[in-house]
Amino acid sequence: MTAPAANAVEPLLELDHLRMLFPVREAGGKRAHVHAVDDVSLAVGEGETLGLVGESGCGKTTLARCAVRLLRPTAGTVRFGGDDITSLGPRSLRPYRADIQIVFQDPQGSLNPRKRVGQIIGAGLRLAGGGRRDDARVGRLLDQVGLAPEHANRFPHEFSGGQRQRIGVARALAVNPRLIVLDEPVSALDVSIQAQVINLLDDLQEELGLSYIFVAHDLSVVRHVSDRIAVMYLGKVVELSPAEELYNRPVHPYTLSLLAAIPVPDPRLSRSRAHHAVRGELPSPIDPPGGCRYHTRCPAASDLCRQVEPPLTVYPGGHQAACHHPLNVSSADIAAAVRSPASSRSAGPDLPAAPGASASEIPESADR
Amino acid sequence: MTALLQVEHLRVSFRTEEGVLQAVDDVSFSLGRGELLGIVGESGSGKSVTAMTLLGLTRGPNASVSGRALLGDLDLVSASERQLEHVRGRRVAMVFQDPMTALNPVQRVGDQIVEQVRAHEPVGRREAMDRAVDLLDRVGIPRARQRARSYPHEFSGGMRQRVMIAMALSCSPEILIADEPTTALDVTTQAQILAEIKTLREQTGVGVLLITHDLGVIAEVADRVVVMYAGRVVEQGSVEEIFYDPRHPYTWGLLGSAPRLDKPRPERLPTIPGSPPSLLHPPLGCRFAPRCAWRLEACSSEPDLKSDGPVASDHLGRCWLDLGTARERRVVGGTIGLPVRAPAGASRRPGDEPAP
Repeated sequence: MTAPAANAVEPLLELDHLRMLFPVREAGGKRAHVHAVDDVSLAVGEGETLGLVGESGCGKTTLARCAVRLLRPTAGTVRFGGDDITSLGPRSLRPYRADIQIVFQDPQGSLNPRKRVGQIIGAGLRLAGGGRRDDARVGRLLDQVGLAPEHANRFPHEFSGGQRQRIGVARALAVNPRLIVLDEPVSALDVSIQAQVINLLDDLQEELGLSYIFVAHDLSVVRHVSDRIAVMYLGKVVELSPAEELYNRPVHPYTLSLLAAIPVPDPRLSRSRAHHAVRGELPSPIDPPGGCRYHTRCPAASDLCRQVEPPLTVYPGGHQAACHHPLNVSSADIAAAVRSPASSRSAGPDLPAAPGASASEIPESADR
Repeated sequence: MTALLQVEHLRVSFRTEEGVLQAVDDVSFSLGRGELLGIVGESGSGKSVTAMTLLGLTRGPNASVSGRALLGDLDLVSASERQLEHVRGRRVAMVFQDPMTALNPVQRVGDQIVEQVRAHEPVGRREAMDRAVDLLDRVGIPRARQRARSYPHEFSGGMRQRVMIAMALSCSPEILIADEPTTALDVTTQAQILAEIKTLREQTGVGVLLITHDLGVIAEVADRVVVMYAGRVVEQGSVEEIFYDPRHPYTWGLLGSAPRLDKPRPERLPTIPGSPPSLLHPPLGCRFAPRCAWRLEACSSEPDLKSDGPVASDHLGRCWLDLGTARERRVVGGTIGLPVRAPAGASRRPGDEPAP
């Protein structure tokens, strides 16, 4: 279990010390591994939305695919409704496929261009329902996502991007799932259409009691849908917090930088605020830095950060962060802090000793 | 500010199997020296076609282009292919959205810059390479001399976009067109690239035409803004005017639906209902009317792009609502926005008809 917030409800999906390594051959034939997901523990409760945020290459999509069991993790466990599904084969996974569905980022590439919408949505129904066609149900599903039943006879190319994403959602809903993993579901859409799709997802969750894992690269999008948000960096969870908390009181310097990088649509405000732009680039996940993985880019990094990986620390209120020099916490918070069982096994034993700088004290970093 | 570029009544249409698609319809704007003009709109609004037309990249047997785009004395619309060759890369340079497909994957990035420099200027290889290294260094690529020998795939997305910008600047162009330069990048990298563009503009005085769908980006860097919808300019003005005194309901909708981290989270995200019209069959009259909560009878004919203030200004809007009514109506829940549905009968209330 990861957070008191989710302790109240039975977790639907639990990821426990999950690792996903991809083998690669480096120049010279040396074998190496991409550490896409490196010891991550997360849980999603019934009816809950967990936002999963990070830059490209942080492992969020890989984690999502492990959760849906499109990938078989290298180590760790995936439990759904208490059952261990980590290494089930295709046949034994079948019953769980209806419970866990996924909506992909690219609404163009994830719909078969040669099938009619009715066939696309009906395929899951047919597989789960013993081979029968159910046109009435397809019609109801289309209606549910804001399309018309007569759209069942059209092909994907006849729809706009936003409408195609609605089709993707209808396909996921067809088998009555309990959990839907949404992998960047609105990133490919225009702003005004993004809001439409997010509102639709909101309505469906309320109506059907769904759980969501909402993957996004942008903190402004997940804010509206998430109950809790996990921030990933280079294969690790660096911060996990109730949604609004994360925006009001980011504890990890990386989260602060992510928030500061989002442009504000208000010229006076955006030109006057201090910039904490992230310096440099994401290190290679083949050979991630030792200690805290963020230390190569962190303005507050110390020798400790370079040597010892910080454990995920739970602060009062359920806010968790893996940082030796946490922002926005008081000495009292530190005194009450405990090590989270979700901490990486490679993390050091010691919790933060003293609060780090407050956000305003962090030195402004150069843009390069 | 003298205009570097003066675009007048630009129209671009394409003949397709389904009919004539009017991608850009009577677009006019100007770009001054050292100015950063933002063109904002959703996909299909004609913003990219406008940019490509300025470089003669939309010419073809099925395309028809009219109007003028004056770069000094040269009209880019009627210029010959040979004249355009002297413009592209030298006087007007372009940075595309996807740096991976815009760079040659089998040529070292330094060589790609050298090739461009030598195509336009009589300089030797070595001198051109020195310049390439200088440029790579200036746009923030560490160890530039070594990195010039790398291939595009050896760079991250952000670094590739820096290479694109270095290449674009290699012949000291008067105008830099950046078409969604940061859309494919992470927010952290986006912040770095935007800072880079701002710095370069200050240092070199290059005029920048920045095309984006992201109002946050516009707010951060633009001096003036053109808002496009369905091939038309619906509003243009200074960045302050567009953000704090917007005239057009579409602009209100865009501002209202942009996620705001600096404000409390709303119960529901504001949206613009419906989707942009097909350019094969654009709506008659105001093109935004079918999605507009404040639609009036008058909207069945299209309003002119005009200044509504008591004194004529450069802030232009294409809407029948008079300024006073507009200022009242754009406020939704204390901020600028567009209601999903107008209160019942709003458009039929007496006194709502605009003064002609």
